[in-house]
Amino acid sequence: MKDLFLRLKGIDQRWWYLALALGIILFPWFTSNYWISVAVFFGIYALLGLSLNIILGYAGLFQLGHAAFWAVGAYTTAILNTRYGIPIFVTLPISALVSALFAILITKPILHLRGDYLCLVTIGFGEIVRLFLFNDPLGITGGINGIRGIDRPSIFGFVFHQPIHYYYLTLAFVVFTIFAMRRLENSRLGRAWIYVREDELAAEAMGIDTTQVKLLAFIIGAAWAGVAGTLYASRYTVIAPETFSFWNSCVMFCIVIIGGVGSIPGVLVGTLGMVVLPELLRDVLEEVVQWRMLVFGAAMMLMMIFRPEGFWPSPIRRHELRAAELTASE
Amino acid sequence: MALLEVKGLTKRFGGLTAVKRLDFHLDEGEILGMIGPNGAGKTTVFNLITGIYPPDGGEIRLNGQSLLGLRPHVITELGIARTFQNIRLFANITALENVMAGQHCRTRAGVLGAIFRLRSQRLEEQRILREAERCLRFLGLYEKRHELAKNLPYGDQRRLEIARALATGPQLLILDEPTAGMSEKESSELMDIISQVRDSGVTILLIEHDMKVVMGISDRIIALDNGEKIAEGRPAEVQRNQRVIEAYLGKEEV
Amino acid sequence: MEFFLQQAINGITIGAFYALIALGYTMVYGILKLINFAHGDLFMVGSYLGYTLVIALIISGLIPNLLVALLIIFLMAMGMVALTGALLERVAYRPLRKAGRLAPVVSALGASIFLQNVVMLIYGPRYHVYPKGILPDIHWSIGGAYVTLVQLATLVISILLMGGLYFFIQRTRLGTAIRAVALDHDTARLMGIDVNRIITLVFLLGPALGAAGGIMIGLYYGRINFTMGWGYGLKAFVAAILGGIGNIPGAMVGGFLLGIFETLAAGYLPWGGAWKDAIAFLILILILILRPTGLLGERVVEKI
Repeated sequence: MKDLFLRLKGIDQRWWYLALALGIILFPWFTSNYWISVAVFFGIYALLGLSLNIILGYAGLFQLGHAAFWAVGAYTTAILNTRYGIPIFVTLPISALVSALFAILITKPILHLRGDYLCLVTIGFGEIVRLFLFNDPLGITGGINGIRGIDRPSIFGFVFHQPIHYYYLTLAFVVFTIFAMRRLENSRLGRAWIYVREDELAAEAMGIDTTQVKLLAFIIGAAWAGVAGTLYASRYTVIAPETFSFWNSCVMFCIVIIGGVGSIPGVLVGTLGMVVLPELLRDVLEEVVQWRMLVFGAAMMLMMIFRPEGFWPSPIRRHELRAAELTASE
Repeated sequence: MALLEVKGLTKRFGGLTAVKRLDFHLDEGEILGMIGPNGAGKTTVFNLITGIYPPDGGEIRLNGQSLLGLRPHVITELGIARTFQNIRLFANITALENVMAGQHCRTRAGVLGAIFRLRSQRLEEQRILREAERCLRFLGLYEKRHELAKNLPYGDQRRLEIARALATGPQLLILDEPTAGMSEKESSELMDIISQVRDSGVTILLIEHDMKVVMGISDRIIALDNGEKIAEGRPAEVQRNQRVIEAYLGKEEV
Repeated sequence: MEFFLQQAINGITIGAFYALIALGYTMVYGILKLINFAHGDLFMVGSYLGYTLVIALIISGLIPNLLVALLIIFLMAMGMVALTGALLERVAYRPLRKAGRLAPVVSALGASIFLQNVVMLIYGPRYHVYPKGILPDIHWSIGGAYVTLVQLATLVISILLMGGLYFFIQRTRLGTAIRAVALDHDTARLMGIDVNRIITLVFLLGPALGAAGGIMIGLYYGRINFTMGWGYGLKAFVAAILGGIGNIPGAMVGGFLLGIFETLAAGYLPWGGAWKDAIAFLILILILILRPTGLLGERVVEKI
């Protein structure tokens, strides 16, 4: 057994990545539509997690209302598509843009707030957005029933209508997002987020426009959540306010924290844990359904007590979280 | 024209007047030492110049341009860099990454540049790296550039803060007790470095507790007590000044 | 005028609930700088315990004297929820006290989910309804508006509880210790105060008050649900911020103000009813942008 392990370890890492990539690409050919749908669901949440990771992980801003940006993207697409017949691939960038503008509008006045205060205001904005969708004051969001009849995306006459089509579409988005996030991490802006997170005053004194840097985190995070919203709306063709509840903001928050804040593989692991695992549990035993949220809540507490940096943390964040423990216990 | 001009600078915290109608200036290329007993308001003056606190009165001008109401990062961009009395490095990243922060305000690459690795962005990244490495070499920290800031010895951390400040390309460098906690040997090495920084064309304002250090290196000295200037002049003059001696030693009982 | 008066009376009643819950938030925040997201759920647990006890003691006819029965119900439910609160602190928050600011937020969310689902597993996911007519259906007319016995009782009981808390905090040794710990843990420790004990005490007091609110809300509205902790909890937190977080009289004032304001806005603004829940958040956002220290202020000084 040990021998096998050592031999496995001896294999060049690249082969593992190749095997993983092949596995992901071939996955839908060896499984049922149900699991493909679960994978698509995973992909959409992974996008949401990665987008929140910019705000919460990189810039260290406590955002507990991320569902609002997701909602703005989904509803923008739904409204433009069902009312004006604009195709999904055209509404996609528009949704990203509208989400980003919305982020500027609401976060600009609150960027100076710290920690848990920011957390509360974002909860507030999230709830107001949900109520807006629910009450439908402008007569465009369809109230409690939401909007149905959203088109599937199509390009050059090809319509993405089967789960497997969606699988690859979502996969493409996730792969591009991971690629883009990796590059952002290692850029001037990525470093600026670290500086702001580590010591905002020192960052400001080093000539970094901390307000702008934080705002950019919200803008990019919101735009990406808007993209995820578009994918979601066109995948399910119907959206309703209850999807964009505070609960879902919490799920996204936990995806980032449990996976390992600021870490891309961490977000993917977190998405597995938060979104796919409950689905698996549902599948295993019918009676478990009732218990899974209970287990889930307990797991969140235990996780924070025994592994606060998450399952797959970024090295810097591990240092930060462990350092907080050290200095505080001195 | 003076590089930095401070006129009638006043700051109150509640009932306490921390800085009282302070006037002073800095000429280009000089080293000005600021001394005074604890609580004299020296660090407050620094925080006012660098825009961290808004003053309650007075004027601060850099090259004739008023700094009032400008945010700290704008002031840094205009050419004033600083260190902190209680070291404020980015503790959990490397020395090199710390110093790269200084170049942020001298570069422009944004989101698209980062994602698509445009040519301009790559050139800029190289420039940031070169400049950061230059500053680290200057402070003798190049060999330790991949160490986490928090793992560096204390003296190195102080020097790393100076390297980071220099990386912003300042005209004026403000040092808040740079040799605090250093050994005699370390602090005399640091004084050499500070002289070299000045020789490279950077004006320096420094707070220093160690009288020997500050007297040796400064071209001029101003002394503060209770937020007011009590003396100004060449080191030897200030050292003999009766009010300065009183402020430091307390009034002689007669 | 009658309408105004009626709305104001209803608002005061709801405000009393907010105030009772807000006290728990503000005390915990004052002492640990932690938003105890599970506090609203403790309130909900109180409401469910109250429901069970009402059935067991009053409806079954076990204790014929209504006042005695209610007194026992309040004391039992408050005591049990207080213990739950202290246990929660011990299990979910104390190990994280040194782990930065992010981990306790997640742990608190986890605790909230946990409590909700415990109640859901025990009682089932449906609404539960407090039996009708526990308190006699008496009401008085004031200028054309009605005050019911439940409303009056709510007001009296909450004022008594809050007054008691205020007295406890201001006038007793333990209360002084609480205030000292809120100011500075280390100094308090140097003064010989057992900080952990004080924190436990705060986690007993806040949930006990919340539980009282939970029973009264059951008596007032009738319907209770295992998810109701969230809504009331968030609004009570807004009330705490409105009054200045960490400030105990502020939480009381904030609670009443929010209740009155919300009810009036719901009554007078067009579509007010549908937007009722948004009003609290709007107030929250405005307060945090315009006056982050709340109406009565808090002590927050940051050193550079």
